[in-house]
Amino acid sequence: MEKIPILKMGPFLLVTIQVDLYDRLALSLEADLVQMVNKTNAKGVLIDISAVSIVDSFMGRIFGNIAGMCKILDAETVVVGMQPAVAITLIELGLPLTGVHTALDVEKGMKLLTEKVNIDTDGDEPEDDDNNPV
Amino acid sequence: MRIFNDQDVVPFRNRVKECAVRIKMGLVNQTKLITAASELGRNMLKYGKGGETLIEIVTRGRDNGVRLTFKDNGPGIADISLAMKDGYSTGRSLGLGLPGARRLVNEFDIKSEPGKGTTIVVIKWANG
Repeated sequence: MEKIPILKMGPFLLVTIQVDLYDRLALSLEADLVQMVNKTNAKGVLIDISAVSIVDSFMGRIFGNIAGMCKILDAETVVVGMQPAVAITLIELGLPLTGVHTALDVEKGMKLLTEKVNIDTDGDEPEDDDNNPV
Repeated sequence: MRIFNDQDVVPFRNRVKECAVRIKMGLVNQTKLITAASELGRNMLKYGKGGETLIEIVTRGRDNGVRLTFKDNGPGIADISLAMKDGYSTGRSLGLGLPGARRLVNEFDIKSEPGKGTTIVVIKWANG
């Protein structure tokens, strides 16, 4: 069975979905990602869906689940790169994706994650040594 | 096209997209149609144990559209108006499949008989 690769990048995990998602693939991504967060002690998860042309209620629910599960494991989730047509469709479908952070592109998503993790860990100004956004 | 496992939904969505592109449907309407197709395909799989789909290009005056038919021989739906309500689900899902799909297309027709199966026909017009 095919798998969606999960890349570790510093304290974050990076997932780029480049294939057409079907239900079982989405479910296995959910399971793999939560396992990886636990194993690598990741502080953030970034999911790039810029190549995904449709998100239906099942996939929307999976993104919500991932964000919820990662939150319990002390990791933030950001979904980036959603196509405008997908956003329009999701809202009309009735799925506002509450609880999932979003950003326009990978760069902005990384920045958001870095900020969130820094605020959560030291409570004051962001530190610049190891979590520096590229 | 037959849909009998979740991987069948992917080529089905691609065929729907091809038809939508052929009649020059805009990207937003394409996305809505494919999303609705995905919802209805999953429903058919989950509740009707799979079934047959039909993709057709239809014409109304100067407007073209894509008509999708989903036919299963599953248990059927006892109360259609309840099934069409947002947030109602007999499975453990969000209950957005049927009502959400109806919002995404222009015409939506559902016929179901308990014990015999369910047939859903939807149309999305290129300029709808």
